[in-house]
Amino acid sequence: MSAFDELYQEIIMDHYRSPRNTARLDHIPQALAHENPTCGDSLKLEVVVGDGEKLERVRFDGKGCAISTASASLMTEQVQGLSVAEARKLAGSFIRALRGEESVDVLDGMGDLVAFKGLTSFPVRVKCATLAWHALLVTLPGN
Amino acid sequence: MMGPRTVEDVRRDFPLLERLIGGKALAYLDNAATSQKPREVLDAIRVYYEQSNANVHRALHTLGEEATAAFEEARRKVQRFLNAEKPSEIVFTRGTTEAINLVASAWGSQELKTGDMVLLTEMEHHSNLVPWQLACARGGSRLGFIPVEADGTLDLDKLERSWDPRTRLVALTHMSNVLGTINDVKAVAALAHRHGALVLVDGAQSVPHFPVDVQDLDCDFFAFSSHKMCGPMGIGALYGKERILDAMPPWMGGGEMIRAVWPEKSTWNDLPWKFEAGTPNVEGAVGLGTAIDYLHGLEFRSIAAWEEELSRHAYQALSAADGVTLYGSAPRRGPVFSFTLGSIHAHDVAQFLDKEGIAVRAGHHCAQPLMRKLGVPATVRASLSFYNTFSEIDRLAAALEGALRFYA
Repeated sequence: MSAFDELYQEIIMDHYRSPRNTARLDHIPQALAHENPTCGDSLKLEVVVGDGEKLERVRFDGKGCAISTASASLMTEQVQGLSVAEARKLAGSFIRALRGEESVDVLDGMGDLVAFKGLTSFPVRVKCATLAWHALLVTLPGN
Repeated sequence: MMGPRTVEDVRRDFPLLERLIGGKALAYLDNAATSQKPREVLDAIRVYYEQSNANVHRALHTLGEEATAAFEEARRKVQRFLNAEKPSEIVFTRGTTEAINLVASAWGSQELKTGDMVLLTEMEHHSNLVPWQLACARGGSRLGFIPVEADGTLDLDKLERSWDPRTRLVALTHMSNVLGTINDVKAVAALAHRHGALVLVDGAQSVPHFPVDVQDLDCDFFAFSSHKMCGPMGIGALYGKERILDAMPPWMGGGEMIRAVWPEKSTWNDLPWKFEAGTPNVEGAVGLGTAIDYLHGLEFRSIAAWEEELSRHAYQALSAADGVTLYGSAPRRGPVFSFTLGSIHAHDVAQFLDKEGIAVRAGHHCAQPLMRKLGVPATVRASLSFYNTFSEIDRLAAALEGALRFYA
């Protein structure tokens, strides 16, 4: 597989074409949107924490490239039902792996997120894939 | 044709253009970001280090004399390149950004008073916006913006009618790095001077494409970078009218910019060295001087004629391509094409093109206020140089069709 095909894997293209857990989040002011200044991407994130500190509902609203859209979509699926602490740990680990601060093999144990392994050949795109995750870290209670 | 030479022949001057990207021939269409360098420039830098390297303006030995001569000869080449009256009006800087910061800092600190206005346009690169934000924040002055019309031009009649009498300086780009618009800076200078304001021209995008005559434009400052016009990175120049530069305080302190130093105070060197603190980028100046010689060797007339042919072809190919929306339709434009492809994000388009060996820029092009005005978060930008070919443009158009299918 070429580096390009590694990057735009089927699973990423699927989540890009039909992103999960999207909604118009007009109740969140634009000033609280998370932005990637290099590409103009903007993303609003809603996290509802229910009983037992579990993430009950995670939705996003935003415009971005295929990588950032797919990453946000996959994230909403992956963190649903996790505890706040677990979600924080997953986000930290995912971001560190993509930045090369931790072995990328850690993605093997993260379900569909393994699709982002190909991203490590494209350092410029790391910001695209981590935007939603940074947003999550900021949005989680107790930050 | 570039004078007597074909494009294929000219391309052989640029070693990097022979590179393969993922097994495909490179089509380098990101020239507004930086140009590639001809072998002559690379050789000149190597020869300088192999034969004449020494510190300038100090060493009283043969090498020091040679290095100083090479550095000052490069300054005279820049002077002739811009048709400045004197070499003392040419200050070497790291590039356009530093040149503008020099003026915003040195001229701004002395001249900008509370309530004064610095007038920019809505199409400025961040390098001709943020330094003025900083200067205004320091001095209590204001920023104004000449609006960009729908076709990507500036309306000078409107400007005349809405002129703010406190305007002290108009700083504008000679050629937009997003829209390609070539602004009539000569008319802006005449207008500004009638009202007693100065004019600074950001020439980063214009100097690679057509000859510039600062005396004819009658601008007060002109800033440009070497790396977009076949020279090395890390060097550029500020042109300023002598009497204006003379009245400005220094901006960076250090060696070379002084005449005499006491523990408590110093006096300043003559122009242009007053603004050149520290050991300068001599290899850069030598490379820039060689790049100027190289461009003159190709003849600007031929460069402009070929780039116009290329532009016409690119405009036709891109306007005919499915899903492409072009931004910027000024009557006088340089070879810069910003566009979007359907609703596909510019980064995805650029990534797809890279797979085909085609290098373009995607993003906000350091012009966020303009992008907001255009209503797009990012565009793809293909920017041409005289070493580009029709076939590279055709490859771009074909690859865009592929991208449209891939991301559908």
